[in-house]
Order: sequence, then C-alpha cells, then structure tokens
Amino acid sequence: MPIAFTTTPGLVIYLTAGDPDLATTRDMAIAAIDAGADVIELGVPFSDPLADGPVIQRASERAVARGTRLSDVLDCSLDIRRLRPNAGIILFSYLNPVVRMGLTEFCQAAKANGADGVLLTDMIVEEGVEYLAAMRENGLAPVFLAAPTSPDDRLKAIAENSQGFVYAISRVGITGTQSELATDAKTLVDRLRRFTTLPIALGFGVSTADHVREVGKFADAAVIGSAIVALIEKTPAADAPKAVGNFIRALRPGGAAR
Amino acid sequence: MGTATQLTSPAPMPAASTPGRFGVYGGRYVPETLMAALLELDHAYAAAQADEAFHMELNGLLKDYVGRPTPLYFAKRMTEILGGAKIYLKREDLLHTGAHKINNALGQALLARRMGKQRIIAETGAGQHGVATATVCALFGLECVVYMGEEDMRRQELNVFRMRLLGAEVRGVSSGSATLKDAINEAMRDWVTNVRSTFYILGSALGSHPYPTMVRDFHRVISKESKRQIMEHEGRLPDAIIACVGGGSNAIGAFYEYIPDRNVQLIGVEAGGRGTALGEHAARFQGGLPGVLQGTYSYVLQNDAGQVASTHSVSAGLDYASVGPEHAMLHDSGRATYTSATDDEALEATKTLSRTEGIIPALETAHAVAEAIKLAPKMGKDKIIMVNVSGRGDKDIGIMTREMDLSGAAAVSA
Repeated sequence: MPIAFTTTPGLVIYLTAGDPDLATTRDMAIAAIDAGADVIELGVPFSDPLADGPVIQRASERAVARGTRLSDVLDCSLDIRRLRPNAGIILFSYLNPVVRMGLTEFCQAAKANGADGVLLTDMIVEEGVEYLAAMRENGLAPVFLAAPTSPDDRLKAIAENSQGFVYAISRVGITGTQSELATDAKTLVDRLRRFTTLPIALGFGVSTADHVREVGKFADAAVIGSAIVALIEKTPAADAPKAVGNFIRALRPGGAAR
Repeated sequence: MGTATQLTSPAPMPAASTPGRFGVYGGRYVPETLMAALLELDHAYAAAQADEAFHMELNGLLKDYVGRPTPLYFAKRMTEILGGAKIYLKREDLLHTGAHKINNALGQALLARRMGKQRIIAETGAGQHGVATATVCALFGLECVVYMGEEDMRRQELNVFRMRLLGAEVRGVSSGSATLKDAINEAMRDWVTNVRSTFYILGSALGSHPYPTMVRDFHRVISKESKRQIMEHEGRLPDAIIACVGGGSNAIGAFYEYIPDRNVQLIGVEAGGRGTALGEHAARFQGGLPGVLQGTYSYVLQNDAGQVASTHSVSAGLDYASVGPEHAMLHDSGRATYTSATDDEALEATKTLSRTEGIIPALETAHAVAEAIKLAPKMGKDKIIMVNVSGRGDKDIGIMTREMDLSGAAAVSA
C-alpha cells in the first residue's frame, strides 16, 4: 500500500481529472509527485458536485463538457501508476458515476488501474456495506470524510472503516480556499486521534504555505484542492504541470523531509 | 436509453437495514458534514410526530390559515364532454399561496421553530414551494433564503416577485441548467456551510432520509380528505387517481392513503417535454436508471457515464432529473403506473380545463389533466377518476401567453 506520508506534514494533492485535459492531468500529477506530493487525489468530474465550491464546480463542468468519463479517469490512474510506482493514488468521486459503472466493476477496475484507495464524497459509513465489501475484495483503501459536526460515535465508525488515512474536513462548508484555518480543524483532529492510529489528512480551505505549516503542528497531512485547481484554471495547459510543481514546492519551503 | 435496460441497476444499493428505505430506494447519500443535521432532524421530527400539541397547531393553521379541507369537486361539464368516466377534482389549487406546497412548508416551518432554527433555506423550481416557504417564514418571523435557477426565475417571474414581497431573499443559481436540480445543489451547499443555524425546508419528497417520509406525511392530508369526500359523494372509492410527478410530493400525498386499496389505480404523470431523446423531457421512469442524486437512490435521467442529464419541460415544477424514492418503489412493484404528457398536451389540457370548468390549472397540474383527458373516454360512465389539481395557473400566465395562440378561439374544441 503506497499510501505513506514521508514528510511532516504529508501532502495530498487534488486534481479534477480532465481539466484542462487528461494528458495534462497526468503530467500535472507527475509534476506534483516529483515536487513532493505523497498522494494524488484524482477527482472524477461530476455534473452535480454539491459538496464543492465554485472553483472545483467550474473545473468539473469543464471536464464533463469535454466528455471526461470515469473510465477515462481510471486510464489516467494507470498512466500515473506506471510512471510513478511509489506514489499514492486515491480516486475521488461522487457516487453516481460509480453506481452507473457498478460497484464491483468499479473496484476491480480501480485496482487494475493502480489506485490505492477511493473516497466517495456522498457515501457515509452506514450506507457503505456493499461498497466496503467490494473495496475489501479488491484490496483497496476506503477513505471516509470526518466533519467537525460528526459526533463521537460517527468519528469512531469513520476511523474504523477508513484505511490509508482519514480525511478530516477543516470546517463546515464546501470546498474552497480561505484566509485562515478554522479553529474547528484542530479540535476535530484531536477528537479523531482518540479513535485511530491512522494518519489524519486535513482538507477544505488549506491553500498556502502558512496553512501547511500550521496543519503540520497537529495533523499528518494537508490536502490541497481548490488552490491548485484555481491555479490550473488560469494557466495555459502547456505550462500547467510546471506551475503545479512550483506551487507545491513553495508549499514546503526547505522540504521538511523527515 | 431504451426501456429494456430500465431495471438493471448495475449496483443495487440496498443496505436495507438503514433507515428511510422504500424497497431498495431512498437512503442517505450525503457529505458527512450534513449527517449530524439529518440525524437531529430525524429525532426532532419523530418527537414532533408523537406530540399532540404539534398536530393541534399544524391542523389549526391548516384549517384557518391555509384553507383546508379543500373541496373535492365533480367536474360535470368536463365529464360530459369527454364522455366516459366521472371526473372529480381535488382542489389543492384553492389553498393559500395557490398550490399543495404549503402543506409541507408549514409543517417543516413549525418543526424548525421547535428546533430553535431562525434561518430557513429552500429551493424552488416553479416558485410555488419558494412562495409557500416565504409565506410561512413571514408568518413565524423567520429569516428566509430561497435558491432558484435563473432559467426558472425568468419563466416564473411572478413568483420571484411574490417571494421578495413576502420578505424572502431570492438567490439566482446560474450553474448547470439553472433549474430545480441546480437550485437544490446550491441549497445543499448553503446548508453544509450554515448547518448549525439553518433549517432546510426541502420542497418535494426527495433528498435524504427523513425528507421523503416527512414531506409525504405532511401531504398525506390530501388523500385522507379525498377518501372521506369521495365516500360522501359516491359511496365508494375512485377507480383511478391521477397526479403529476416532478419530485412527486403532490402525487405521494394524493396516493398514499389508497396504496392498500388495490382496486384504485394510481397514475403518476411525468413531463414528456418536447421529445423522447435524453435532455428533451423529464420522464424518469421512461428514460432513467437507478442512481444517486442529491442524497437519495432513485431513478435518475443520466448518460451512460453516470452524468446527470439535462431535462426539459414547459413546467418548471416537473423539470427535474430524478424522482422521489417512494415513487421508484411504487413503480417497480407495479402498484402505481407512470406515464407522461408532452408540453403540447399539457398546454391543450390547460385550455380544456379552463374552458369546461373555469379552472386554470398550473402547467404541472395540466399534465395530470392531460392524462385524464386521454383516459376518461376509454372508461365506462360508471367509473370514477380523481385528478389532483396540485396548483393554480396564475404563475404560468406569462408562459401561456407565449405558448398559446388564443386568437379567434371561442369555444372548447372537444
């Protein structure tokens, strides 16, 4: 299982697959890994991304408009896996494209295409019986979201059913950048620690080097999503991999290697 | 998509032990952030259901403020002209604010007040749920934000003004197709962000548990009344009940008490739009497949990659890519049948009802009327059809003006 955070904090980088195009997504993922990303979250674009803020909504809309399909994202995962055998790859999707493909078929394909794990935005632990069984059969790590609003019994179930890492949401709300990390964030991570020894990655609103340094004080990894997607939005496709690499290097000045 | 593949759910999502299931449909498929709020709502609703004082207050307001019971009216001229089954109209259009939507908006607002939530959000398609929500918020002094697709704001301009007049803030949604689905996405984003202070009054029998059950319960009064009323008129139950189905709240309310009465045919009418190609209609049971949209597992109009399809209907209230999960169950079990009426048929039915009975229906309702017009002549004169007139047509006068040519028309063309 290559999901491992080798630096403090580790970096999880979210990319909306197919924005601006699949080849660029692959090249940006490689650039991100080479710049120090531990895990790539490969986002499957969806027509109705109700947990996402405007930046990822727009990226998703562009990728869907280009005809990007779940099967294309799986192909992209395989390309990344072949080029960088040791990086972590998580497929990040809303449920419906997965249901349409079939849970079993999806999990088999995810495994065959080099993914290490899956995060389904609108799948809660209680509804995940068939999903978790299919994930287990294929040796994939399910990653669940934990929210500041989740009571302890839910955090416990989320921690127990996650593998690889637990994704802690830094604040109530949708994805998007913000100027300061919410105080909710540390409280949530501390609460989660009582239920798990898995690494805890903190996402939603983590966008700057200062944030990453702050996250490193209490969590194991930072998830950067909207800030990268916004950068990609304003950068010509040909320059995007380099820009993504530079952005990630600047998030951890000095490298902070452990 | 052909109907042959309709029932081949590629991944049955049952987990039948989880709450809020209608057969395999329903459930709770939401971002984790909303779970605490859904559980809180579930508990509060159960407590309210068990509290006599809640029902007394709700029933008192339904009677004195909303105008229940609504009449069950025998449409004599329409029956004669169609020459078949007797047609009864359940007049939800006579309710305060002009549609059935207020039954549910009032119930949920009372619940919000019990829960101490001061800020209300809602989505709206045709604007009727938005108006009903703005109305009850004015009644109880609650802050109200309504999300509405910009396309719908254009076509239901009158309702936008009504909401604003009632003190609600109407926020336009420009993403996607700028219709009901997109308004729900935006309302859910608001709810995720303001979950601690905000109550989401969802307007149809959709979304995550407990909404489909709760919304149905608040509209059950329609079939409770109509059952008693038809017994008074006819001494027996109807042979068929017809209701239009967008999300399906008026239909589930009109059907519910009759579900055990196997001899009563339940007919839901979806929007056939302007053609059978994906994107040209909102007939989920004819072109959709089981999937997950906006928190629930039900039929969804989608492409073969699982992207939700755009929809079209002349009526904003039926223009939605999914359908309430209880209807999905009633469809699969065969207890209810689902048909569709096209834009043109709905417009024609609007004229017919207006000119035979002096009742201008909402364009949503007109889809149910269109089915009655098709069905009644095929049935004997001893048969009885009940149509749920879910709303009145005032809000649609702008669309009707554009879509109908009334020049020279004088009498009903029957």
